[in-house]
Amino acid sequence: MVKIVITYDRIRAEEKALQRACEELGVEACLVDIKDAFIDITKSEVNPEVLKGDVVIQRCVGHYRSLYLTAIIESSGLPVINPFQTTLICGDKLLTTLALKRAGIPTPKTLIAFTREGALRALEEVGYPAILKPVVGSWGRLVSLIKDVETAKVVIEHRELMYPLYQVFYIQEFVKKPDRDIRCFVVGDEAIAAIYRYAAPGEWRSNTALGGKAVKMEISEGLRELSIKAAKAVGAHVVGVDCLESERGLLVHELNSVTEFRNAAPATGVDIAKKIVEYAISLAKK
Amino acid sequence: MKVKCPDCDGEINVPDDAIAGEIVSCPDCGQEYEVYFENGKLKLKPAETVKEDWGE
Repeated sequence: MVKIVITYDRIRAEEKALQRACEELGVEACLVDIKDAFIDITKSEVNPEVLKGDVVIQRCVGHYRSLYLTAIIESSGLPVINPFQTTLICGDKLLTTLALKRAGIPTPKTLIAFTREGALRALEEVGYPAILKPVVGSWGRLVSLIKDVETAKVVIEHRELMYPLYQVFYIQEFVKKPDRDIRCFVVGDEAIAAIYRYAAPGEWRSNTALGGKAVKMEISEGLRELSIKAAKAVGAHVVGVDCLESERGLLVHELNSVTEFRNAAPATGVDIAKKIVEYAISLAKK
Repeated sequence: MKVKCPDCDGEINVPDDAIAGEIVSCPDCGQEYEVYFENGKLKLKPAETVKEDWGE
């Protein structure tokens, strides 16, 4: 029987759904809380207590836990969803933009600066309003809509007092679009489901973590092709592709390697967890 | 099963099939706790709060 290891640091609805899907598909699910575990990375074999199975679905909510744990899993020779390189790129907006650009995937205009002066010049170049994002971060955290130079100066001043990673200024054009964006789920070579995410009242960011509403949408041929191409660009097995509907067509702006689907699964009626587990079984170490 | 909230003494309902890492919250004070097991016995500890690198 195939044994699927699900590593996590917090049990969310998604991890429960993955566990249920394993039961339904008749494979063994081994849930491993890695928070208080330790792994000897110099041993010749993988620590059997922590990672014993045929394939790993890595689900840590903490990005750095996720990233370094994935490095360990991959190095041990076990297949893992997602690979290290995918996790690294998707966890960093700058690296994501570079990967999208290299693959010829349309993405919003993005400028990078490393100092206050550089950031202010970049904002001038891209024009107000603009968006300033931390390169690492999720759920819309610290994603700032900068409406004018005064606001820019305040936000940059705050960033200057934070950890140096926050002084990599990732500045993006504010794309004119409807009050929603798109999240398309790709599993393997297939775009399996997509939702519109409508921003909550009084909020410009449409992240469901910020109260954004998930509404089912049909996957157009264009969205399907673009999402699969984006997944391939970062070598993802399972990824949530975020797109904007701009006047110049669909733009991919973010990729999520530990994608959440608790809102999308009921909205679309697609059993996303089952699709992920089926794919994991196909990857399992023979 | 019911467990007393370590903070306010409120009564927290923990599902019988709870697994380590699952989060439960106190209906009285709202404090979140994480389920863990020690020698097979279910226990609660304060849940981790959202960190800067959390997300998807």
